[in-house]
Amino acid sequence: MEPFTTHTGVAVPLQRSAVDTDQIIPAVYLKRVTKTGFDDALFAHLRQQPDFVLNRPEYVRGSILVAGPDFGTGSSREHAVWALRDYGFRAVFSPRFGDIFRGNSGKQGLLTGVIPEPEIERVWRALAAQPGIEATVDLEAQTLALPGLAVPFEIDAYTRWRLLEGLDDIGLTLRDETRITEFEAGREAWRPTTLPIGTP
Amino acid sequence: MTDSTTAPAASAASTQRTPSTRTAKTLAEKVWDAHLVKRGEDGAPDLIYIDLHLVHEVTSPQAFDGLRAEGRPVRRPDLTIATEDHNTPTVDIDKPIADITSRTQIETLRRNAAEFGIRLHPLGDAEQGIVHVVGPQLGLTQPGITVVCGDSHTSTHGAFGAMAFGIGTSEVEHVLATQTLPLTPFKTMAITVEGTLKPGVTAKDVILAVIAKIGTNGGQGYVLEYRGSAIRALSMEGRMTICNMSIEAGARAGMVAPDDTTFAYLKGRPHAPKGEQWDQAVAYWRTLASDDDAVFDAEVFLDADELEPFVTWGTNPGQGVTLAGAVPDPASMADPQQRASAERALEYMDLAPGTPMKDIRVDAVFMGSCTNSRIEDLRAFASIVKGRRKADGVRVMVVPGSARVRLEAEAEGLDKVFTDFGAEWRFAGCSMCLGMNPDQLAPGERCASTSNRNFEGRQGKGGRTHLVSPLVAAATAIRGTLSSPSDVASEVLV
Ligand code: SF4
Repeated sequence: MEPFTTHTGVAVPLQRSAVDTDQIIPAVYLKRVTKTGFDDALFAHLRQQPDFVLNRPEYVRGSILVAGPDFGTGSSREHAVWALRDYGFRAVFSPRFGDIFRGNSGKQGLLTGVIPEPEIERVWRALAAQPGIEATVDLEAQTLALPGLAVPFEIDAYTRWRLLEGLDDIGLTLRDETRITEFEAGREAWRPTTLPIGTP
Repeated sequence: MTDSTTAPAASAASTQRTPSTRTAKTLAEKVWDAHLVKRGEDGAPDLIYIDLHLVHEVTSPQAFDGLRAEGRPVRRPDLTIATEDHNTPTVDIDKPIADITSRTQIETLRRNAAEFGIRLHPLGDAEQGIVHVVGPQLGLTQPGITVVCGDSHTSTHGAFGAMAFGIGTSEVEHVLATQTLPLTPFKTMAITVEGTLKPGVTAKDVILAVIAKIGTNGGQGYVLEYRGSAIRALSMEGRMTICNMSIEAGARAGMVAPDDTTFAYLKGRPHAPKGEQWDQAVAYWRTLASDDDAVFDAEVFLDADELEPFVTWGTNPGQGVTLAGAVPDPASMADPQQRASAERALEYMDLAPGTPMKDIRVDAVFMGSCTNSRIEDLRAFASIVKGRRKADGVRVMVVPGSARVRLEAEAEGLDKVFTDFGAEWRFAGCSMCLGMNPDQLAPGERCASTSNRNFEGRQGKGGRTHLVSPLVAAATAIRGTLSSPSDVASEVLV
């Protein structure tokens, strides 16, 4: 996983609250067998509305999502994070996130920053004044900066550390690889293996 | 600046229990502690070693895809085994699979197994079948080991005194890559069932009664340990049925301490230890029982003598009554949430309060699933239907849990008993347990099913499910209405 320090990209105002994981990615897309290529599934139903924000040309290349409260609530599908990531989003901001969504995001390199509602609305106003402008997310400083406006965001220390280090769950565990190898050396010989019978 | 060497405490960590401070340990704590690669500090999860990873076609494709994307190998192919079950057809298994999603998932598993060097038992192979039937039958599921699978009914394997639980797709990837999982310790609950089960009352009735008692959330955050004389008296198949449905009580896992019944089941199985290693293993396995003074975080007691054949009337496994009972009246329920859920369930199930359970007609009987599709389950079903004809208009499907079980049943002539009875004798797989393959109920159809979930639409859109034991399923298939085994001649009871 790539470390996250700063990111600059088009910020997209998603002026809706309670965007649950079913809206982020409708259930019909869950049948796929890959972990990537979900970009077309992102907000699939919402995108059928012509005035949906991602249908506006200035936001098509969006990589920072600025959403209303309770983003990512509902079913625990990890696909919601995959779809946002595959579309190109690196960071999502909201006054409140669904817990499981937030946990899944941190594990997969998508930054979720909490910004109180009045500040989110200020960002929305700034974006409305200049649609398609770029913003900069600075994870060290914990700020979201637009021309003439910088707002702080919150993120828990553990997730922040993992993002800065670029550690996915597996990467994190593999830091303890020596211990795993040591543990394996001490396993009893009679413990089962799945090797075909007769194979030493 | 960040400190790149130490991690801040995990934010979501919970401090549910602190096992290291207890000297007397429960079975679950013993197995946990024997698999500690690293004790988590400051509320971070423990790192637990996984002895056996079972893989199937539904929850593995994205895990393998993730490994590929990061260029990671499978750390221990020799502790990993794959089989095809959820999507496999149970008829015409030599023909290409018609459903495109099913076919893609199965073909993807075959490609991944070949690429990553994993042993796979594909459709048509003698060891193919439902993962939770295959592991024990090969002797891979053993006392004191940790078992995971991307499937919630992995709890089945706890019947051997293993710590076994279901995991999500990203955890499947994690185990493939590291053979470990970061986990927060579970709480422990003792479920003690003392006494003797009456004839016709089986393990399935015990677990349905447990769930009705503690509720579908009663086990949340716990590993359940089933104990007491009634549990000790059960066969391994019966214990598996009980542990299987621990998940329906909301628990992470269910366990039974290993004993002579366990060892007798395992002895001589293909992957069981042999010779001197067998003796070493048994000596260790005997140490696994919970210490007499071990403390459980919660305790529940059931009287086996009072249990009766059980059946569900609603749309969750906790909504059940005895077969002699009637559909309850939601109006009599004090808890508003429970009442609302019962009202919705009765509407979906098209049942009126007060209807005697035995007056309810069924359209289908499904004998199968990882809860009840082992050879003993098929024998139990056969013991009731032998020499009889099924009720007119009732479709009866018998689906063995594995190809091996099918072969065994055929060697015993059970297939003949089933077909003479008028049942369909099918190939192994999950089948109508979840209706991912074409084995589904039509909208409005009602089924007595030996599976584990009666959720809306579980066995097909609009289908109505009553969870029952194999004996109740057999009696129901004979009479066409929900029936207790004692309704159809008590002399043939096992
Ligand atoms: S038989 Fe049913 S419950 Fe068991 S693994 Fe298959 S789908 Fe899941």
